[in-house]
Amino acid sequence: MKLVIINYGAGNIQSIKFAFKRLGVDAVLSDDAEEIKAADKVIFPGVGEASSAMAKLRDTGLDKLIPTLTQPVLGICLGMQLMCKHSTEGDTTGLGIFDVSVTKFSNSVKVPQIGWNEVSNLNSPLFEGIPENSHMYLVHSFYAPKCEELIAETMYDVKYASALQKDNFYGVQFHPEKSGLVGEQVLKNFLQM
Amino acid sequence: MLTKRIIPCLDIKNGRTVKGVNFIDLRDAGDPVELAAKYAETGADELVFLDISATEERRKTLADLVLRVAEKINIPFTVGGGISSVEDVDILLQNGADKVSINSSAVKNPKLINELAAKFGSQCVVVAIDAKQINGKWTVHLVGGKVPTDLDLFEWAQEVESRGAGEILFTSMDHDGTKAGFADEALARLSELLNIPVIASGGAGTMQHFTDTFTSGKADAALAASVFHFHEIDIPLLKLELKSKNIPIRL
Repeated sequence: MKLVIINYGAGNIQSIKFAFKRLGVDAVLSDDAEEIKAADKVIFPGVGEASSAMAKLRDTGLDKLIPTLTQPVLGICLGMQLMCKHSTEGDTTGLGIFDVSVTKFSNSVKVPQIGWNEVSNLNSPLFEGIPENSHMYLVHSFYAPKCEELIAETMYDVKYASALQKDNFYGVQFHPEKSGLVGEQVLKNFLQM
Repeated sequence: MLTKRIIPCLDIKNGRTVKGVNFIDLRDAGDPVELAAKYAETGADELVFLDISATEERRKTLADLVLRVAEKINIPFTVGGGISSVEDVDILLQNGADKVSINSSAVKNPKLINELAAKFGSQCVVVAIDAKQINGKWTVHLVGGKVPTDLDLFEWAQEVESRGAGEILFTSMDHDGTKAGFADEALARLSELLNIPVIASGGAGTMQHFTDTFTSGKADAALAASVFHFHEIDIPLLKLELKSKNIPIRL
């Protein structure tokens, strides 16, 4: 199994590497197009601000590469948001894999949302063996609204899409690498795709 | 629904836990990684490691510890103690910390909050505030509470939020160590004033204190050390108790 984590200078990659290592898989960090294309599975991580992250992807041409990948790809947190068509954070045009625009939580709730919240309406092989209303760890200020590609939803301010899927592309707003045993199960399921 | 968080705090000196812990089923109670793993298994929602060493090698020791914790632990953790620069934070995040907590360095150099938020994002910047009441005014203190400043808790918390902090960890020195409950009145005021999460710290003694701080104190999370380390309160029982009081909690 060759697992590649796309390296574009985004946030906390160490935790994702360790999470897979606990599952017995050594992930490779790479920004090399050929190496990414050759991988069995690809992780698209992300922590930080959308427009600067997108600028880094454009600088390296990864913005063109990612939507053409054919193996299972898992976007995590900001990675998932960048797979959407647009984000109001920095008025950023995304990769357009998911046909939905990312927007900010209103001021009627505390922002960022930090902590463990429930995922429900689970509807993907990614969530095989995971009970409805399991808790996942989330840290974010922006969210993808409910849409066709929704495979999990969460309630905070509004009911929003906490996971998305289109073909071989998966995106999760929560951090499976920090969500205890249920998070580990999501990563295991992804490895088995 | 977003749940309230229970956060054990581990004091670290030269890479080992101090203040003592009393877990009979631990091989080495001084090993922070083993203790952290125990807490993660028993339902802690997050962990805080507070480094209190004063040696010159502290930066390296702490970075090594963070790496070892990240390798083993599958829940989020925050690292605090003596962090004073963008470089300090960079190393800790690179090694797998989810958040850092800054305290005195934020008071001495408030711009650090802006710099950290811009470089790493607000979500990983926790500003810890120690305060106690002096003539009825909640006054911010530094150096583990030894040195008073002229900052007012509520004004400082608002400034910290506007500079980009993602969370506030408020320790009431009037309550810390008393086991008589959290500073719920001040916490509720903070929570209403701010639009970022507030972590309650200082004063935990009974399960009721946690219920109180999540209801009347309006806290988003509660942190404690000795009541957990010495099994005075077991986290699984605490969480069942909170759930029975209709407080949103992860079981």
